[in-house]
Amino acid sequence: MSLVEGLRNGDKRAVAKLISLIEDGDAAATAAIREIYSMTGKAHVVGVSGPPGTGKSTLIFRLAQEFRKRGKKVGIIAVDPTSPISGGALLGDRVRMGDLASDEGVFIRSMGTRGRLGGVSAATSDAINVLDAYGSDIIFVETAGAGQTDVEVSDLVHTTVVVVMPGVGDEVQALKAGLFEVAHIFVVNKADLGDADRVASDLSIMLELGEQGDWTPPVLTAVALRGEAEKEVADFLEEHLTHLRESGRMEEKKRRRAEKELMIAISESVLERSLALSSGRSFMSFVDEVLEKRMSPREAAIRLLEESHSGD
Amino acid sequence: MKKIRVLIAKPGLDGHDRGAKVVARALRDAGMEVIYTGIQKTPEDIVEAAIQEDVDAVGLSILSGAHMTLFPRVTKLLRKRGMGDVLVVGGGIIPPKDALELKKAGVAEVFGPGTPLNTIVDFIEKNVGKKPDVAG
Repeated sequence: MSLVEGLRNGDKRAVAKLISLIEDGDAAATAAIREIYSMTGKAHVVGVSGPPGTGKSTLIFRLAQEFRKRGKKVGIIAVDPTSPISGGALLGDRVRMGDLASDEGVFIRSMGTRGRLGGVSAATSDAINVLDAYGSDIIFVETAGAGQTDVEVSDLVHTTVVVVMPGVGDEVQALKAGLFEVAHIFVVNKADLGDADRVASDLSIMLELGEQGDWTPPVLTAVALRGEAEKEVADFLEEHLTHLRESGRMEEKKRRRAEKELMIAISESVLERSLALSSGRSFMSFVDEVLEKRMSPREAAIRLLEESHSGD
Repeated sequence: MKKIRVLIAKPGLDGHDRGAKVVARALRDAGMEVIYTGIQKTPEDIVEAAIQEDVDAVGLSILSGAHMTLFPRVTKLLRKRGMGDVLVVGGGIIPPKDALELKKAGVAEVFGPGTPLNTIVDFIEKNVGKKPDVAG
């Protein structure tokens, strides 16, 4: 039985093997994705981002439990950083996700960023497609602990949840551009640490200052560990999905996603190409040219690309 | 490029996971992707995670003495779910005569206290993907 058939029959092993092929850049993945691509587009895709240690995994664990109660099939893609030194990774998000693994209606996959910046990996987009075609009703994409500029996930998902916690800065932090601008829902987690109300009000004030769109992001305080927040967050997730559908924004989102997927695919093939170039013979001679200041890096790159094209 | 993926899991009730974490870190530094489950997992949880994560190897750590029950349950479940080709290794406080029994039950190697981390890394690198997928 092929992996795509397996996926259609709900076989978790086939789903897992497909995601591995995608991650490893295997040619078989391209063919498989082509086969399943028309089956995608049904799931509500939710990005969960925020700095390391704010409680993203714990919140997703609680939300997954809540959506299971609501009769939904849940997919989770949890991204953690790959070491730039060894290429290895410690993927520890499952630690917070309790016994979800044995729930028939939940599929959890941990991924390393494998060299990509922005909080997601190059394979994340297609892994979403696989879990979508598998029949997940809602898919959570947990980014690697994110910094202020890690907004990439927002182009891959319908709804972006940003999780923050008390004690990580004053109101100027809330005014800065980046991650906070792409949030549809804010969760100030670990509210039991105190000062959560001030963080929440800083965020609310930041939102009031901005352009008022047709969706005002709610700012919720939570203690995800105790399981006190998931109902409210889940309600807002459903509300946002309804809003996207009724306002016609869903079509815009889908277009953005298609653009992003195409851009990722282009940059991956360019990257593959440049890696192939860098192991070629003439690469080192161009490095010498740059080292001896006979050529600028930019100039050398253009010449190298020209040379490789003429060799096609 | 294919990366070696390893699930490090703690079956049973003991909460001592310092060793599991140290091994996880060593495998990470050897360029592997290591998924850590956390403590107190059932064999069913572990096998389900191994399937979803599509791992090449499973490392089981136990210090409570329940290895003779829990390790074979994991290997048996893996075979039952068509994952018999996954390399299973174990670590913890395991007497040599138990280790022999565990090897018969499908645990490829048992690493006791004081095993150099390189030994574990080398063993996994050399042995993943070599086990035939025997149904059972």
